[in-house]
Amino acid sequence: MRLRRNLTTLSFLAPALIGIVVFLVYPLVSAAYFSLTKFDLLTVPKWVGLDNYKSMIDDPFLLQAARNTLWMVVVFVPARIIGAIGLSMLLTQLKRGAGFFRTVFYLPALVPPVAATIAFVYLLKPGTGPVNHFLAKIGIDGPLWFNSPAWAKPALVLLGLWAVGDLMIIFLAAVLGVPESLYEAASLDGANAWQRFWSITLPSIRPVILFAAVTGVIYTLQYFDQAAVAGSIASGQATTGAGISQSFGYPDGSTFTYPLWLYTVGFRYNALGYANALAIVLFVVALGVTVIMLRRARAFSVEEA
Amino acid sequence: MTAVLDIPATVSAPPPDRRIRRQDRLAWVARHSIAIVLVIMFVTPVVYLVLLSLMTSNQALTSDYWPNSWHPENYLRVFQATPLPRYLLNTVIYAVTSTVLTLASSLPAAYALAKLKFRGRNALFLIVICVMMLPPQVVTVPLYLMWARYGLTGSLAPLIIPALFGDAFCIFLLRQFLLTIPSEYLDAARVDGCGEWRTLLRVVLPMAKPGIAAAGLFQFFYCWNDYYGPLLYTSENEKAWTLSLGLASFHSVHHVDWNLVTAATVLAMAPLIIIFFFAQRALVQGITLTGFK
Repeated sequence: MRLRRNLTTLSFLAPALIGIVVFLVYPLVSAAYFSLTKFDLLTVPKWVGLDNYKSMIDDPFLLQAARNTLWMVVVFVPARIIGAIGLSMLLTQLKRGAGFFRTVFYLPALVPPVAATIAFVYLLKPGTGPVNHFLAKIGIDGPLWFNSPAWAKPALVLLGLWAVGDLMIIFLAAVLGVPESLYEAASLDGANAWQRFWSITLPSIRPVILFAAVTGVIYTLQYFDQAAVAGSIASGQATTGAGISQSFGYPDGSTFTYPLWLYTVGFRYNALGYANALAIVLFVVALGVTVIMLRRARAFSVEEA
Repeated sequence: MTAVLDIPATVSAPPPDRRIRRQDRLAWVARHSIAIVLVIMFVTPVVYLVLLSLMTSNQALTSDYWPNSWHPENYLRVFQATPLPRYLLNTVIYAVTSTVLTLASSLPAAYALAKLKFRGRNALFLIVICVMMLPPQVVTVPLYLMWARYGLTGSLAPLIIPALFGDAFCIFLLRQFLLTIPSEYLDAARVDGCGEWRTLLRVVLPMAKPGIAAAGLFQFFYCWNDYYGPLLYTSENEKAWTLSLGLASFHSVHHVDWNLVTAATVLAMAPLIIIFFFAQRALVQGITLTGFK
């Protein structure tokens, strides 16, 4: 009887368990092994111990990529969280047309990243784009955006803010979940809107902020599509398909993120041993961030609901 | 269009004092002005794209944003003069099969994690969360080699086959939803002599429709938008390219025909926006489930 029940349970889990073994455990073990070898597809992998990890220390491209990714973690993630909280607070204050505003703020999150990136590159074209056109009209000399090493990443942040809708919905649900009685009590104590936000709303939605921060960092660690496409299109280079890696990081490596370097090392230079070492480091960092969340957040509690 | 969320707006009782009421009205105007400015900023990229797509190729290269003459036939041309139909077909094949298979393989696992008691359940759920959080680049190289060994790179197979074995995010989302179904219904079915599979198919499945719809939408959108996967596995064979990949390469092939590039871009985003208006409730509910408090 018990055996039968266990077999039934197993039949429910079988596809997922096979999936975890084939698409997670196997490639992880394999990546760990290859990271200790020199391997270029043409010859058999040669054991080199920790050499791949050691050569990371003086890899200038890795340093640049890690810096860019860190920049994104420090600027992109908080910008999106603040933007999402701001929009959701604004939405709770609007009485008329709230549904319309919600829809408009949410929709860009649905636009495919490649399409959105193309739109932004065109929008922010230094010479002919409407944004700089508008800025010029009000007397501001617009930056070169995706063609400037200093402005390319901020332009990606703008793109991320435009598509902040799904995060906004999460915060909106959290903000609306704060008990009304707390606000009433604070109002009786003479707290103004700003004080109510700081001392009631923010502390109440703290778990959601943590959730957004962790998923945001994870998202940033794998940030690939927008950086790759923006570099390719803004550079105007004739790159198609796999050749796209030639324009990675344009301009001047400013959009060159960690996953772009991993891809380049693995699929352009075929340095698979080194690429796997980069992958293992990425794995350790991502796992560390995830563990922080699992330990801090009750949200992911595994108890029976 | 106005029913995105059924959450009631917070209403504060208007104070009787007249001075405060005027302040309130000023604040009302300020808030709505900000909101309208933001709407313009959020809508501009898409409107600009649509306007560009309706210009002649010469005008599209200028800084104009209003077409001198309207050319809706650009949308026809982009179908005839480019491999867009092929990209579109590949994208539909990828997104539809992957979504159906992912749902079918993930639902049983989600049900077990939510409603069955077995040893190691918590550990398994933690593993699912970790898989969900794993950047895809970590396992990219070994998986690519695996698919290459079977000669399947250059096709959609490496993108679709994994859907047979569940998707961590889909399992997670469905589990969160199934937790909200009271166990009494399941117990009743079991007392009536239903086995677990029958309980799942006959009792849980009908009740879980909103959750399944949300999970399916997410999977569909993910596949439709996926760029990294197709780049990795199909870039060597243009016949297998999806919209995202084709679109990103489009610019280099048609770099003087901005009107065509933007027309293709509009076509890539249009289906998702149309789906949104039909399925916004399920979608919003799904997003809220992922964020939970």
